[in-house]
Amino acid sequence: MIDPKQLEELRQARRQWEATTLRGSLEQQPERALRFSTLSDMEIARLYAPDDLPAFDPARDLGLPGEYPFTRGIHSTMYRGRLWTMRQFAGFGSPEDSNRRFHYLLEHGQTGLSVAFDMPTLMGYDSDHARAQGEVGREGVAVDTLEDMEILFRGLPLDRITTSMTINAPANVLLAMYLVAAERAGFRRDQLGGTTQTDMLKEFIAQKEWIVPPRPSMRLIQDMLAFGTRELPRWNIISISGYHIREAGATAVQELAFTLADGIAYVQAGLDAGLAVDQFAPRLSFFFDCHNDLFEEIAKFRAARRLWSRIMRERFRAKSPRSWWLRFHTQTAGVSLTAQQPQNNIVRVTLQALAAVLGGTQSLHTNSMDETYALPTEEAVMIALRTQQIIAYESGATNTVDPLGGSYFVEALTNRVEAEAEAYIRKIDDLGGMVRAVELGYPQREIADASYRYQQQLERREKIVVGINEFAGPDVQPIQILRIDPQVERRQIERLQRVRKERDSRQARRALDALQRAGERGENTMDRVVDCVRAAATVGEICDVFRTVYGEYREPAII
Amino acid sequence: MPDSKIRIVIAKPGLDGHDRGAKVVARALRDAGFEVIYTGLHQTPEMIANAAIQEDADAVGLSILSGAHMTLLPRLMDLLRQKRGGEIVVFAGGIIPEEDISALKTSGISEIFPPGTSLDVIVRWVREHVKPHGVKA
Repeated sequence: MIDPKQLEELRQARRQWEATTLRGSLEQQPERALRFSTLSDMEIARLYAPDDLPAFDPARDLGLPGEYPFTRGIHSTMYRGRLWTMRQFAGFGSPEDSNRRFHYLLEHGQTGLSVAFDMPTLMGYDSDHARAQGEVGREGVAVDTLEDMEILFRGLPLDRITTSMTINAPANVLLAMYLVAAERAGFRRDQLGGTTQTDMLKEFIAQKEWIVPPRPSMRLIQDMLAFGTRELPRWNIISISGYHIREAGATAVQELAFTLADGIAYVQAGLDAGLAVDQFAPRLSFFFDCHNDLFEEIAKFRAARRLWSRIMRERFRAKSPRSWWLRFHTQTAGVSLTAQQPQNNIVRVTLQALAAVLGGTQSLHTNSMDETYALPTEEAVMIALRTQQIIAYESGATNTVDPLGGSYFVEALTNRVEAEAEAYIRKIDDLGGMVRAVELGYPQREIADASYRYQQQLERREKIVVGINEFAGPDVQPIQILRIDPQVERRQIERLQRVRKERDSRQARRALDALQRAGERGENTMDRVVDCVRAAATVGEICDVFRTVYGEYREPAII
Repeated sequence: MPDSKIRIVIAKPGLDGHDRGAKVVARALRDAGFEVIYTGLHQTPEMIANAAIQEDADAVGLSILSGAHMTLLPRLMDLLRQKRGGEIVVFAGGIIPEEDISALKTSGISEIFPPGTSLDVIVRWVREHVKPHGVKA
């Protein structure tokens, strides 16, 4: 805190500077624009100085690293103790193809796995479903049965690596498959570390891969939370994700606010399922985007930690400091990549990754330069991984904790991002919470409006993207892209149909019927899903049970 | 407002939920004075062809980012021809590698807009190439 007398002196000095030094300079050389703003269009002042932080109280607003409110980081030594986990999202084609890519990444120094599933798997359709045609193995790996899951993780030390699975609507099914596959490979449940995304609210808000409507989706998540709390001490059941919200066009503040509001809804769901907050909150983790505007992103991450720790401590009365932690994974912004002059993307990714590190991320995926065309080639992935290694080992960004803490600009921006996000969270509380807000289409509309505003700013060249609306062409030599073998779909369907033929079909039917009864009676469905997986029931068959019990979601089509 | 009678169906074929581009283009075309009908997500070629016929569309704009374009888009074009929607102008955008573009155009798609295309380019193209029913382009 600055005392009033000192503050007045600072302001006086600033006024004097404005009238003399600054004025002279502006007369000679006017500024390049009347207004400067972040990527999300927050106006930024010419200069930030101590008088921009009159109420700043380092003890209250920052604390020390590893202590409440964790503004400076959740660990006291941050990257001096341990670097972030370098976790490249991968998955394409057949389980065999993806298994080879996982081995390759681990051999080259990657420290955790992150699995991308194909669209039919994300939507809970088997590979031979009519709607799966042309989609099998395209945007991720196809998984239909336990056998696919076993192939996907063959030969991997599941007790020593952590596995993150980007799976939401059928997260219960894929988690069950992972557990049974691991068990058959000789690993115990308490040895398995990893994450299922399981964040359905952001699916309804942004990524839009769903099966059943919002309320039954929350119900299935409660089942997973209760099961995970009981059975899986090292598993993060939900990764509360802002990434897709941002990619859909949200501003940085909207990304933060909607993600934390989703988090509030999940904590409430856990409490409503009869769990104690400190039983499950320490295992909630977060996943954010990191876009081009270095300081806006750093401020977002710092504000996120501070806000969440206050929400957990004050709103939910959590006692364990672990419950106050906002641990997060970051992925650089796919939406920022340009198809034109693709090599430029390496530079964008570097800036974004640096912002994530300066913001204190726990794990990081760096996008590859070729991802506006297709899934990345091995060469492109390697450059992206090397980018992280250069930041970690050469840039010096890891030498000290929260290097930007105390910067007038960064602290002022952190305060502002926090205040604006809080206002959104209050608005969502007023609507009745996030589940209700999603049903009303509120966050969906806010995001669509923001994305259209940004596109118009690009059209008017108020925002510049190099190679798109400024410095366009000539295109650099086209780059090589990854093609998915069209035979993948046929082979995947053959295996699926063989599994269906060879299994004990009565046992599978019994397991599916038992799942349906559990769903209808409102019992926890998770153990029944595990039984279905053991009986070689497929992703599509298990999800059909949920469709039968809860109905299918249809989004009202609104522009 | 020119071409006020032109009706455009914007559709999302396939299973991917990336609807940012579809929605932005739909809004831009609406703001440019066209009548825009958005189908919503997860549409099969059959659903899109039916919507185009029922809505009496002059054009269909497709946004696809799932990599299934080589399966879904030619099938939609076949369906449109079968359903006597052959005069409907079809354009597309999304994650479509350059080497797939000529095959898609051979299947009857008039234009493919790559990532980074400005809204202005799309609006101008539609003005030039799409005429109301019965008027030759």
